[in-house]
Formats: sequence, C-alpha cells, structure tokens
Amino acid sequence: MMRRGLCAGVVSAPCLAGCTGIQTTLGGAGADDTSFIRLFATFLVVCLIMYVLVVGGLAAALANRKVLTVESGAHHESSPWLRSALIGWTVLVAIGLTGLTVASFFVDRSAAARAKHPQFHVKVIANQWWWDVIYMTPDVSQIVHTANELHLPVGVEAEVQLQSNDVIHSFWVPNLAGKQDLIPGRTTDIQLLPTKVGLYRGQCAEFCGIQHANMALVVTVESKVDFLRWLAQQRRPAFAPATPLELAGYRYVTSRECSSCHNIAGTPASGQIGPDLTHLASRRTIAAGTMPMSPGNLYGWVADPQSQKPGNKMPTIGLASNDLHAVVAYLERLK
Amino acid sequence: MKAPAKRKPRKSERVMRDGPDLTGGELEARLEATWSRPKGVIGWLASVDHKEIGRRYIITALAFLAMAGLLALHMRLQLMLPDNDVMTPAEFNEAFTMHGTTMMFLFAVPVMQGVQIYLTPIMVGTRAMAFPRLTAFSYYMYLFGGLFLWAAHYLHFGPDNGWFNYVTLSGPQYGVGKKSDAWAQTITFTEVAALAVAVTLVATILKQRAPGMTLARMPIFVWATLVTSLMVIFSMPAIALVSGLLLSDRLVGTQFFNPAEHGDPLLYQHLFWFFGHPEVYIIFLPATGFVSEIVATFSRRTIFGYPIVVLSLVGTGILAFGLWVHHMFATGLPRVGYSFYTAASMSVSIPTGLQIFCWIATIWEGRPRLQVPMLYVIGFIITFVIGGLSGVMIAAVPLDLQVHDTYFIVAHFHYVLIGGAVFPLLGAITYWFPKSTGRMMSEAWGKIGFWIIFLGFQLAFFPMHIAGLMGMPRRVYTYPAGMGLELPNMLSTIGSFVVGFAVALFVANMVLSFWRGLPAGPDPWDAPSLEWATSSPPAWYNFAHIPAVESRTPLWDSKDDFPVVQGLRVDDRELLMTTVISASPDIREPSATPSIWPFVSAVAVAVSFIGSIFSPWALVVGMIPVAIALTAWFWPKLPGPYAEPQIT
Repeated sequence: MMRRGLCAGVVSAPCLAGCTGIQTTLGGAGADDTSFIRLFATFLVVCLIMYVLVVGGLAAALANRKVLTVESGAHHESSPWLRSALIGWTVLVAIGLTGLTVASFFVDRSAAARAKHPQFHVKVIANQWWWDVIYMTPDVSQIVHTANELHLPVGVEAEVQLQSNDVIHSFWVPNLAGKQDLIPGRTTDIQLLPTKVGLYRGQCAEFCGIQHANMALVVTVESKVDFLRWLAQQRRPAFAPATPLELAGYRYVTSRECSSCHNIAGTPASGQIGPDLTHLASRRTIAAGTMPMSPGNLYGWVADPQSQKPGNKMPTIGLASNDLHAVVAYLERLK
Repeated sequence: MKAPAKRKPRKSERVMRDGPDLTGGELEARLEATWSRPKGVIGWLASVDHKEIGRRYIITALAFLAMAGLLALHMRLQLMLPDNDVMTPAEFNEAFTMHGTTMMFLFAVPVMQGVQIYLTPIMVGTRAMAFPRLTAFSYYMYLFGGLFLWAAHYLHFGPDNGWFNYVTLSGPQYGVGKKSDAWAQTITFTEVAALAVAVTLVATILKQRAPGMTLARMPIFVWATLVTSLMVIFSMPAIALVSGLLLSDRLVGTQFFNPAEHGDPLLYQHLFWFFGHPEVYIIFLPATGFVSEIVATFSRRTIFGYPIVVLSLVGTGILAFGLWVHHMFATGLPRVGYSFYTAASMSVSIPTGLQIFCWIATIWEGRPRLQVPMLYVIGFIITFVIGGLSGVMIAAVPLDLQVHDTYFIVAHFHYVLIGGAVFPLLGAITYWFPKSTGRMMSEAWGKIGFWIIFLGFQLAFFPMHIAGLMGMPRRVYTYPAGMGLELPNMLSTIGSFVVGFAVALFVANMVLSFWRGLPAGPDPWDAPSLEWATSSPPAWYNFAHIPAVESRTPLWDSKDDFPVVQGLRVDDRELLMTTVISASPDIREPSATPSIWPFVSAVAVAVSFIGSIFSPWALVVGMIPVAIALTAWFWPKLPGPYAEPQIT
C-alpha cells in the first residue's frame, strides 16, 4: 500500500498528486472547461425539474388510493384529463430535450469557432505509458523535446497535435478541456485556451494496458514571460557533469543500457524509445506522474522501475550500488 | 401439414385428439406421456422443454452474476483507499474485463432471454417453442462459452483489455498471448446462442399465439420480447463480424485493424458500438416488459395507453440503432456530424418518458398493492430515471467530452443497467417464482431485501458521479491520494458490499422458498395474462386445451369458463399455428421430440471454436464432427404407423 511512498520522507514541495482541484472538471481553468461548467449547470437544472416531476407524479399516483367501483381488473376508460396530461408531458419532454440539444449545439459550435486560429502548436505523442511532448518550430535546432509535462502560456490559444505510437490513448486535462483520443495511424488535435495560471494534472482516459492508471501529465499554465523563459531553458543542451561522481554517472548513462532508449541532447545518448532525459531533473514527476521528482524517488525508480510501476517498459537492470549512486547523481544534474 | 391420407385408418389406429371425448384426467395422462422427456442424465441433456431450458438459463446466468459480482467486490476493495495494493495492476485489469464481459454477455442478455424462453410459450398459450432443439442447442452454446471464459480466467489467459477489447491494444502486436482470442471466441459462443434464441422467440410469437390473441392483444412483455429479439437479429451480426475480423487479424495475419497496413482501428469501434448500443436496449426493453406486467397486475388495472407503450418499445428498438457514435465522441470524427448523434440520443428518451408516464398513470387509476414486485417497480422508476437523465447529459458533446471514460459514466450505466434492468428482474423473479415452482417467495424477507439493495445501490453508485466529475478516469487500478477521491471511493466500497449482501439475501430467499415457501395456486397474484391460467408449476404440455383469447386480459374477463380450442393430437407432439396478425387458426404442426443431438452438436461446435484460437485449421477439421452431429440432429423422421389424416 505504501509502495509509492517508498521515499515518502523526501517528498518535496512540488504539489503533484497532493492537491485537491488539480484534476477536476469543475476547476474552470480553460475556456472549454468553463463552458462545460455552465452547460452542465443548465442540464442539471432541467434534469432536476424533470426528476421532481416524475418522482412527484409517482408519489401522487401511489397516494391516490381511490375506491374503484368495479372489482379487480376493470377495463375502464381512462379519464380524459390523463390523456391531456399525456400530451402535455410529451410536449414538455420534447421542448426540454430540444432546448438542451440546441444549447449543446451552440456551445459546441462556439468552441469550434474559437479554436480556428491557434497561436502555437505542440505535438504530443502517446506511448505505453508516457507522453512525448514536442514544441515544434521551423528551425529544427530550436525544437524542444520533453516528456510527461506540458507548459502553456496563459490566455494563448494552443493547438495540441496528437499521435500515438502504439495503442489508443486519450488526452485529458479536465481543468482545461474535454478529451481527445490519440489513435495510431491518425493525427488528431485538441485546442486549449488556458485562462488561469496554475498547475494542473492530466491523465490518459482510454484504457491502454497494464499501467493505464499511471500515465499522467503535469500541465503548467504560466505567464507568457515565464513560459518563454522555460522554453529557452529547455532549448539548452544538457549540463555537463561537474563532479567525479556525476562524471561516472555520465559515462554509465551514455555508454551502457540507458542510452539505447533515452536521448540526452548534447551527449552520445541518443535512444528514441523512452522519454527524453535532457532536463529530467527540472520535471515535477517521475514515470508519467507515478511519483514526485525527488532524489529518493529517483533512486527508487532507477534501482527498480518494475516494482514502482509494474509492467512498464523500463527494465530493472540491477545496477551495482556505486553505479546507482553515480547515475542518480548525474540525472540530478540534468536540471 | 396436410399429408394425403394413403388409406382410411382403422378405428383402432385413429389418432387421438383432445376434445369432448377426451378431457380431464385421461387427457392429462396422455399429454404427460407425449410431452414428458426420458429420465436420467441423457434425458436431462436431451430436454427440449422450454421451461427446463429457460430455468437453466436463469440459474446459470445468476451463477455468472455471482462470480462477476465477487470480482466487483474485489475491485472495490482495491479502490477503497488510494495507492492500495490489494490487487496487482494485471489482476485488476483482468478483473474489470471479466466483470464487464460476464455481466453483459453471460448475465444480462442470457438472463433476459432465459425469462423470455420460460414465459413466452405460456404467455401466448402454446405447448413449446417454435424450434425446441435449437433452443436447447443455444443453452449449451451459452454454457460452454461461459465456462470457456472462466476457465481461461483461472488458467491465466483470461482477457484483460476491457469488455470492448479495442484494437490495437487487443491486436496481434500488443495483445500478446491468447487473452484476446479467449474474449473473441467467448463472444462468438454467446452471439450464436443469442441469435438462436432470438429466431426461435420471433417464430414462436408470430406463429404460435393462441387463437384470438391478435397482435393488439399480446401482453406487453411479449411485445418487448418480439422487439428485443428482432434487435438481436439485427445487431449481433455486427459483433460477430468484429470478433471474427479480430480473430482473423490475430490468427491468419489479415490487417483489418492494423494502421500500418491501412487498416483502421476506428472501424472496430464503429462495428462494436453498432452492436454495443442496441445491446443496452436488448437488456433494458425486456425489463420494461416486466414492469408493464407487474404494474398492471398490482394496480389491478389494464395498462394505461397500451398502444403508446407498444409504440414506445418499437420506437426505442429502431432509434437504438442510430446512436452508436455517442460512444465515440472523443475519437475525432467530424464534429458537426456529432450533432446528429446528440439529437438522436436525446430523442430516445421520448419513448422511455412516455412509458414512464403510462406506468404512473396505470398506478394512478388503479389500486396499487405494495407487494415485493411492485416495490421493485417503484425502486426501478426512482433509480432508472436518474440514469436516464445522466444519459441526457452525456448525449451532449461538450458534456460527454469531459465525463467520457470517467466514473460518471460508470455511475450512469450502473443506474441504467442495475436500476433499469436488475431491479425489474428481481421483481420479475419474485412475481413469476410461484408460477415456476408452485411456491411463493417470502414476502417479509423480500421487502427487507428490497430496501437493503435499493439503499445500498444508491450508496455504492451515486458517489461515482462525484468521483467522475472530480477527475477519476475509469479502468484505473489505483488513484493518487490527495485529489479528493478518497471519500466517494470509500462510500462506493461500503455500498457495494451492502448490495452484495442484499443479492445473497435474495438468492437465499429463492432457495429457502423453493423448499418451504407457501404453496401458490395457479394464480396467486390475481393476474390477467394466460400463463396464470395453467397450473403452478405448469405441466410438460403447458395447457390441457389450447386457450382461446378474446381480450388483452383474458383471466380478468373470463376467469371461470375459459374458452379453449380442441383437436390437437395427444399421441404425438403437435402445435397449433395461427396467422401472424389476427392469430386465426392456420395449420397444425408437429413439434420436435427430445434429442441428445443438440447437445452433441454444441460440444462439437465448442471444440472447434476453442481449438480455433490455437490453430485456424481447427475450424476446418472441426467441421467434420459438427457435420456428423447436425446430420443426426436433422435426420428425417419416418412417418409413423398412423399417417396424418386429411382435414376435411
């Protein structure tokens, strides 16, 4: 039960899986979620009225214990007012449904109209069980590659292009907007207009295999200035190792198992299968939201990823303890 | 059946028919001899009696309900606390897959069809199903499919990709092992069974109604059976196709769903939901049939607005085929096209709204008796309407995109399926139990059980709406602490155990009442329809004389001097066929005798289906025993010594 809390003592400040309200449809931090809340409230009111009518009618019918003149099972004609009530009920239901349909249609259309002119594009590629995030620019040297975190400037319409490398996943950051599936062989997209600065959590919403539950995404909505600063920081190649221990870690990571899957910009590690590690230590979580980023958790993860997130695609290598110290020290360096 | 008489039969070999000369005890003894089956294991397996087969269906389905329910409780224990480790992720994923697959394919549809098989012939006043051996075959196919799925589960190749088993997760590349194949062949078994039953029910209803039972006098439950059986016939081929294509992708290297070879994963979803949405109504409409029968009986009034209720059933049955895309709003299909499916999904609540009005109006104008079946009807309306209204919510694209694949949806469809189908089913079992066993279920325990399950259900499933809105996706084996999901999950877990207890109580009531219940007469509830005109439990031949029907509520209108038709053979199995619309007597038709061959055929088909997940050649080789068994099954019967005389 405390598997994830293996290193609970070192859970650091980042508020990741510890804040009510970071992953809720009722948060209203994006344009689409705000219109969801309004439309949901409208539906709720109409539905409550209908529910009260039905249950009230049922209660009245049960209470209406009039004495029938005929013994059981009479073929009596129903009273004319009940037939009128039937017509009235049908009209009422039809009007209610039509109204809700029209309201839903206009909310949907206005979201689509708003989303026509996105101001920048991000590409998200889903994998079992992590998110590959790419900030596209025409100049390929300026492309930013990260994983399991998405930074968005507040008040700017962003288009997220969605692809999948393996199975169907679904991109869902409830505080911002609804879902969009990522389907192998297709490119889909979702438009996000964040309206409130903050830290939100997204999660895969289409069952995608054994670790579907641990495929989360941290979304940081920040001011444009902060966003550009972050982007610039992410564009830098990885920091070089500074201490002998880090250097030993660097040598291990770039020459042994790690580099066959992971890429670290500016080093010989150029694997393309797992998440990019160039600025790993600047991220808030490890393994797609499985645990908060901290030295202790990093130790736990590198030492035995299969017990932290059973079934995930990173094998447990069985590092010798001096290698483990070195690797973690180097990874800590990758701010 | 107008076989020419080759010679005039001598008096001693003249066929025996019921009629003024042959009635009472002597008639019953002769009918008993003709319609009963041999004793012993072989006789049991050879039975073609609709009451026996229907009962087997119901008991088997309840056993699967119990197993899938225990899995649900296990999952609720895992989800009771955040970051819990009662189950491993692999166990959890297999558990929810087995739960959904079992509940949909091995409980909900078969239990409804089981009740339909049991009730339809006695409700329409005939002696047997139209194709009795096909009915027997369907039961064995269903049983073998269910045993196969659960054997796979215990042998560690149980499916684990959800009851929908989407590609590409279930395809050859990512669905390793035999898990997806086990799922797909389970579906094949159950679809063969369901299609066989549906065809049989449609033929029975259209051709074997008692004389005078015009379409406009059919009990509502029979109408619901007719509509759902037609829906099975139109929707099941889509799932047959999709499971067949999936197996073919996995076994013989076709690429229907492989995007790398221009296959399309979304094709799978379209075919699956073209079946999957009507499936919900295939489960729900029979339940509305229960409700209409119970409401009429316990209000002592004919159903208000009979034509409206019937048209609502038919309308729902048609509209159900136009909604499937609302399961796919997040897939990125053209958005304007979604609006059509929003409108269609909304409109299906109109016929259901009309039915609810008619039930309430029936209660209003009648004198309701609050016995257990009626309590379940009241619980049904209170619960189901919540599910219907949350269904209206998720028909709207902007709302669905947020709550799709969250616990809000889990809450929604459990309100619809438990509130809308299981509550009426429990009412129906209580209602028809005396007909089937001759004994009443305990009223006191029934009432206590109703309140426990009704309140426990709300506790288990209402908080799931909240959990979904708070961002909890479906099919996650765990969730992090601190997101506000602890309380709703704890309440759901407590509620689920209350529901489990109540179901156990209901079953205990059934078992104890079977032995010690108060004896029930033929008609303990003072009900209006034909099944209450025969003894409880009914004899092998159902009715000594075929009843003649003059109204929608024959037992209320002519209780004591019930009009009957005479002249059916009693020395051989013979049925009276009537015309489709007006139910005028048409022809007499022989009915199949018990046979072991449907069972043998089912075994042969099962061997070839199960073998086919290991090698496609199993289907080819397996055809040989199947052909032999079917040949024996359909071997022509030589005309007996007494040739059928010409009717003059």
